[in-house]
This record gives sequence, structure tokens and C-alpha cells, in this order.
Amino acid sequence: MAEKVPITVTVNGVQHRHEVEPRLLLVHYLRDVLRLTGTHVGCDTSQCGACTVLLDGQAVKSCTVLAVQADGCQVTTIEGLGSDGQLHPLQEAFWEKHGLQCGFCTPGMILAAYDLLSRRPDPSEEEVRHALEGNYCRCTGYHNIVQAVLYAAEKMRGSR
Amino acid sequence: MVQATGRRYIGAAIKRKEDPRFITGRGTYVDDLAPPGTVYAAMVRSPYPHARIRSIDTRRAREMPGVLAVFTGADLEGVNPNPVGWLVPELRAVPYPVMARDRVRYVGEIVAVAIAEDRYLAEDAAQAVEVDYEPLPAVGDATKAVQAGAPAVHDQVPDNVAFRLPFGDQAAVDAAFTTAQRVVRLELVNQRLVPSAIEPRAALASYDPATDQLTLWLTSQNPHLIRLLLSAFVLGLPEHKVRVISPDVGGGFGSKIPLYSEECIVAWAARRLGRPVKWTAKRSESFLSDRHGRDHHTVAEMALDGEGRVTALRVRTVANLGAYLSTLGPAIPTWAYIPLLSGQYVIPHIYAEVVGAYTNTPPTDAYRGAGRPEACYLIERLMDVAARELGLDPAEFRRRNFVPPDRFPYQTSVAVVYDSGNYPGALDKALALADYQGMRRQQEEARREGRYVGIGISCYIEACGFAPSKLVGQLGAQAGLWESALVRAHPTGRVTVLTGAHSHGQGHETTFAQIVAEELGISLDDVEIVHGDSGAIPMGMGTYGSRSLAVGGSAIVRALERVKDKARRIAAHLLEAAPEDVELREGRFYVRGVPDRGVDWAAVALQAYLAHNLPEGMEPGLEASAFYDPENFTFPFGTHISMVEVDPETGLVKVLRYVAVDDAGNIINPLVFEGQVHGGIAQGVGQALLEWGRFDEDGTPLAASFMEYALPRASHLPSFKTDVQVTPCPHNPLGAKGIGEAGTIAATPCIVNAVVDALSPLGIRHLDTPLTPPRVWEAIRQARARQA
Repeated sequence: MAEKVPITVTVNGVQHRHEVEPRLLLVHYLRDVLRLTGTHVGCDTSQCGACTVLLDGQAVKSCTVLAVQADGCQVTTIEGLGSDGQLHPLQEAFWEKHGLQCGFCTPGMILAAYDLLSRRPDPSEEEVRHALEGNYCRCTGYHNIVQAVLYAAEKMRGSR
Repeated sequence: MVQATGRRYIGAAIKRKEDPRFITGRGTYVDDLAPPGTVYAAMVRSPYPHARIRSIDTRRAREMPGVLAVFTGADLEGVNPNPVGWLVPELRAVPYPVMARDRVRYVGEIVAVAIAEDRYLAEDAAQAVEVDYEPLPAVGDATKAVQAGAPAVHDQVPDNVAFRLPFGDQAAVDAAFTTAQRVVRLELVNQRLVPSAIEPRAALASYDPATDQLTLWLTSQNPHLIRLLLSAFVLGLPEHKVRVISPDVGGGFGSKIPLYSEECIVAWAARRLGRPVKWTAKRSESFLSDRHGRDHHTVAEMALDGEGRVTALRVRTVANLGAYLSTLGPAIPTWAYIPLLSGQYVIPHIYAEVVGAYTNTPPTDAYRGAGRPEACYLIERLMDVAARELGLDPAEFRRRNFVPPDRFPYQTSVAVVYDSGNYPGALDKALALADYQGMRRQQEEARREGRYVGIGISCYIEACGFAPSKLVGQLGAQAGLWESALVRAHPTGRVTVLTGAHSHGQGHETTFAQIVAEELGISLDDVEIVHGDSGAIPMGMGTYGSRSLAVGGSAIVRALERVKDKARRIAAHLLEAAPEDVELREGRFYVRGVPDRGVDWAAVALQAYLAHNLPEGMEPGLEASAFYDPENFTFPFGTHISMVEVDPETGLVKVLRYVAVDDAGNIINPLVFEGQVHGGIAQGVGQALLEWGRFDEDGTPLAASFMEYALPRASHLPSFKTDVQVTPCPHNPLGAKGIGEAGTIAATPCIVNAVVDALSPLGIRHLDTPLTPPRVWEAIRQARARQA
């Protein structure tokens, strides 16, 4: 076992200090150390995107980030997306449009979509499909996920 | 029968009750659980497809920090092999050890387990286990495995033939071929697929010595079945001392039906160590150790008369069972395959012979559709090839051969009786929805521009609602395939339903609640569906084969009838009326014809528990259970139409349009129904264009991550255009048939027919899946060379 390294990470607005092994993946830090189990591991080779979180506002696959790389960073997980007990428009949209079935890919999918909409508030269907290329869903065939993202985009533009 | 129209909940597109926890990250999947003291297991797996184990040295691994134990097969004394749950005639079964002891037969077979305080340390220890292997000759391909001189996977089965199952009247089929005006022959491969639920399999076991209770949390589609197999067969524990919980499960698609070695190992180790033991598959392990699907090699011939009618079908299939028999392994390429070979058509004579072969590959079992996609793919490809040879439009040729709507129930020549159907209706609806004539005009234009655009049709049928227990017993099933439900009305009138079905994405917490709310006239919020816990739910057979609504839902209806009957008698007593004069409408019992004399459902429920004023001799309480054993299978069907374009320079296939008309009988929730269709289509397109669980000749896997195994991504697929037709199932109380697998069954031939149609100007008649760019490009290159 390598020497442990102190890190300070702000997750969903709460600052955490831990000593972690350098090899500890961010996703395991979130799940096993902080017990934030909404972030899932689907492939551990960076293809499936189930582990997507926001690192300083950008979507990253947390199975490909070391916890020590998140030192000093802000992390947002699915648990931190809504506010004051209110669902985020993307969460609402996935519910409304039946954009999920088993729910396992959903947190990562929502955060990848969040990243897209923060860059492109009015994406085309093709842009949504392209932006979600790194996130697998085995249940929905993506049809309703795409509908949900377009629906959320519209809602979010409307509330701006 | 439950009415499907004009109702408040049944038939309504209601948002799912289960979704709030999933969209906020509060679902509970097995790997999310970590009871105090949990330790982690990592498996040591064979890197060879076939080898003798000379020795295993665990000393270094055992001495590593944080390691509790390393066990090998020799330590698992008294642990029995994993049993096969379906015996086909003359099956040469072999034992499937939970952990290999002296020989390994596929890459990924478990030879040892390391258990440590965290998952990283467990992995470190697993990698420090030293195994000395003596590699043996191996065979990965089923057709090669059954040839003379192939290496024997099991010494006791020297020819690798697990079974040879002939079915049908061979002489009648031969006679029909003798008099045929035309014979169409097709040889095809239905490639191996890896189901790839996005949640990897996981198992957590905890043993409480105080109560002698073993609790397992598993990613299982059928916790009761696993409890039975694990307790009575593998571990030899009392069934009532084992509890299996399937919490939220992230997709199954058949791969989470069987009992797995890892589940047996953590169960055993938790008892041995007195600590909760958890194992979660890495994705590379999923590829090596999840059950795979399909993997058929088939030669088929179709006989036709002079009017373009099919007169007979002859099918020879070699199915790859893998190195061992999985729980349902032998049933998938036999009884889930042969009875569907008639498709939507009148085929007077069918003969099929299926050879199940052992190979040095992971075992195969059910994958979405499970046998039925293989049958549908075969028949729908043959129909297309025949139509082309006859110079007929593929829609017209199919129409000519459909079982007519007035011939139901229809006895096929492959044993099963189709319950209900309207095949021309679904075809016409799909042709109209797709604007088929317009599509053909677009194709003409594209061809004039030198582009390769194709249109594919598939008219699928499937058998769902597994299954009449007596019948499957005659076919070798080692279990009944009924479903159970318990409906419990609480004193407040709110209702909990315990169902033996399990939702791993299907939405039962909503659709089943819709049935209950409708039948009792209460709010959807007042109904709770509980599933996936053998400790809470009396009994259950689980969810697979699109059975949950038709069988599990029907069990709920039966239990509801009993609860309602008792409640009606209580209400009649309170209203001083005869029970037969009392009816339940919108949550209130009325005396028929006297609308102001009534009593609320909740007041009746309360009285059932107060028991102050019950009819003479009636027991208190208001709950009932039911077991529903279906009379027949259900036979959903439909027509899917796709349009594709092939880029001749790269071989890339682009799906331009996809249209589906599905008929699965009555629909409880159109939102959920459509979702099932969409997801099914994506998996079928995956088989057609992308996915290939490929092995080299000796059984070494060439696809062991999502780098080599291409799942459909959002960018691979178009939006789908869907519609429904409703032909109710005549033999269950919901009139529902099941929609879980339809899309997968329909989509593969639909896409392949379109690609072959696109390339038909080049003289291409058939291509094997997956239609990846290199394969298509090579086929185009060769075809052009032939033409030049």
C-alpha cells in the first residue's frame, strides 16, 4: 500500500477532507468513502459514462479520475443537482418523458446532458445524440432520453 | 376480463412511481450496500479456454495486508455443482462446479477467490495467486466442436454433443420438398451476444449465526428461484434459512436469470468468515462470466408451391451451449426456438433438428428474446430471400402466407397454438405509418443517384407469458412457471401488493399499481408494489420472457378478485343488502340501483380489521393471495419497417428511419409499453450492426470490454416512429400478452433485410451479422469484382 495523501474536495457544496491512497478512483471515493452511491460504475474502462459527475462544472467520467486529482475541486453528483428539494429541470424531464427504465445509467446521463446544455442551451436532436455518445443506456434505445434533453432545454431556456 | 378502455388508470400514460428515487441518485443497487464489517471478494479466473490445473499457490496472496482468506475449489468441500434447470430429451449433462478444481474449460472460469478488507486489496490478492496451468487443445466454435477429431470439452462427452433434438414429421417435410415448385436455401450465423446490462452483476452475502439466517442481496431477475437452487441444490441449506433480496437491479435482459458461481461463493464465504462478503463484477468480468446469448449456426430450406405459398420448412441448427449447461441453457435453442419457426405464416410441415454443443466458451442462456429472435431472424430472412427469388414485393409475399385473422386459435405444425392475432392488420398499419410506397419511390431516386438505400420489413411473432406449468413440465422444465401475488388491504384502505415478479427497469411499481388502483377505485398513491424479496413475498418465479404482466399481473387480478369478494360481503353486511346486489365503483360499494346507499372502500377495510360487525362466521382481515398458472402462452406480434443507407466507400450502414407497429394485446401504460419497444429495437439493431461476442477458434474471447464490443450509442440510432394495434389475449384476465422482447426480435431481421435490399443491385443475397463496416465493405468489394 502506498502512502496516503490528504485531499480536500467540495462535493455538492460540502467540503470533505480525507487521506486517500493515490490509486483511489474518484468514483470509489464518492461511493465508498462519502457513501454517495448515486454515481454508478458500469464499465471501469471509460466507455459507459454511468459514473459521469461534474468536476469544476465539466462532465468527467469519475472512473477515470483519481481522487487525488480532484483535490481542491468542486464535484457535483446527481445527489447535488436539484436544490431546496426541487428537481432540476433535467430530472423533471427524464421523469416526464420516461427517459429511464432501470435507472442505472440515469445519473451519468443527466449530468452529461447538463454539461451539453450548459454549453449549448438550444441543441438539435443530432447534437444531443452526439453529446451523449459517451453514455450507454441499454434500456431505452435513447429515444426518450433525447426527448427528455430537448424538453429540459426548452424549459431551461424558458426560465432564463 | 379487465376492461382496457374507458378506465381511469388502465391504459393511461402515467409517469412512473419509481422514478423519483432513480433521478435523484437514491436507488439502491446491490453494490450500493455495505453492511458494517463488509469485506470484498475478487475472483481469480482462468486465462486459458482449456487447461489442466497443475497447482494453485495462494500463500503470497494470503499474507498480503488486509487479506482475510483465499479459497480454492479444494476448500469448497460440500458445495455441490450448479444444477441445470431444464432437461431436454437424452441430455448428456455434465457437472458445473462452482469453482474449478483440476480443469478449466473457458476463459473466465473461477479457480480461486481472494477476500480482503477493501476492493483494491482483494484485487491485489487475486493477482498474487499463482496458478500453474497445462494448456489443453480447445474449441470455441460449435460447428467445429461437433466434427470428428475435435478436442473434447468433457471426457464423458467425447463428441461434444450435449443433445440432438429432432422435432416434427420428417417424412412429411421430405415429401413436401419432393413436390415443391421452388426451394429456397439459406445458411446463416446468429452471432453470440453479450447481454450487457449497464449494472454489472453483484452479490452480497451476510450470515447471522444467532438466527442461522443467510441473507443475499443479488442482481437477480428471480430471487425465489435463486434461493431454491442455492439452498436445496448447491449449498444444502434449509430453504427457510436463506433469504434472497433483489433490490434495484440495473437491467437484466436474461443475463440475471441464472444462478452464478460468484453468488454461491460469496454465500459460502460469508458463512465461513462470519463477515458480510461482497463481489461486484468489473466489466471485463461481465464479458467473461455473464451468460451469453444466441450463437447458432443454421442451414434452412423453404419449400414453395407455384403460387408463392410456403409448403414446408426444414431447419438444422447447431447451438453453442458453452462449456457447461446454464440454468435454462438447454431450453433456449430448443423449446424457446423450434415452436416459433412458423412465424406469422401457414407452414403445413416443419422439421427441425437442433444439436446442442459443448465448447470452450462461457455458457449461453437467455438473452432478450431467448430462442425466439433466432427463430424470427431465420424465418424473416428466408421470407425475404424467397420473395426476392419469386420477384414479389416482400410485403405482398408475407401477406400471401399469413395465418388469416379468422383462423385463431391457430394450431401450428410446431406444436404451439397461437392464441389470437391479426397479422395483415399490423402489416397494413405499419406500411401506412412508414409510407411504404413513398419509401420505395425514395429508394428508386436514390438508386438513380448511385446510392445504396434499402427497405426492410419484418413480421415477427413471439411466445410470451411463460408458461403453462404442466406443459413445460412435459418439456423438461424443473420448475412450474406460474406466478404468485398477495394483495393486502390495510385498515386505512391502502394496499400493499407482494408480487413474485421482479422489476429491473420494467416499471412494475407503476403498471401493477395501475391495475390495483383501477380495480379497487382507489388512488395510485395508495398502492405499494413490493417485489424482489424472498423474505417478504411468499413465492415467485421472477421476470423474464415478457411474462410479468400476462402472468404476474394476472395473479394480482386473481388475488384482487378474492379481496374484492370478501370486501363486498362485508359491505353488503354493513348495507344490509345481499352481496350479489352490491357493486364496487370508484372506491365505494353501492347497492345496485340505490346510489345513495353506499360505503367507502376504506370503511370496509377498517371494518375487516375492527371485526366488530362482520358477517356471521367471517374471519377478520382483508388480504388474499393467488397463484396464476397460464392456460397457454401468449403470442404478441407486429410489423417493423426500416430504411437504411449503405456507404459503399466505407461499408457503414446508417439507419435512416425505423417504424414499428406492435400488438401485445391490452396495454396498461402506453409510456412504459413504448419504452419497452424502443429499448428492444435498439438491442435488435445492436445485433444487426454492431455487437459480436467473438471468440477465436480455440475459444479465446476477442471481445472483453466495451472497446471491442460495440453497444448501440445514441448516435447510432434514429428516433423511432411507433404505433400499436390491440388484439387482446383471450385467455388471461388482463388480455395482455407482453412487450418486453418484441423490439429485439423484430429489429434484427428488419435491419438486415434493409441492408441486403440496399445491396441487392450488386447481387448480394445474404450477409451475416453484425453488419460492421469491414464486413459490408468487403462484401461490396467482392460483389463488384464478380460483376466486373
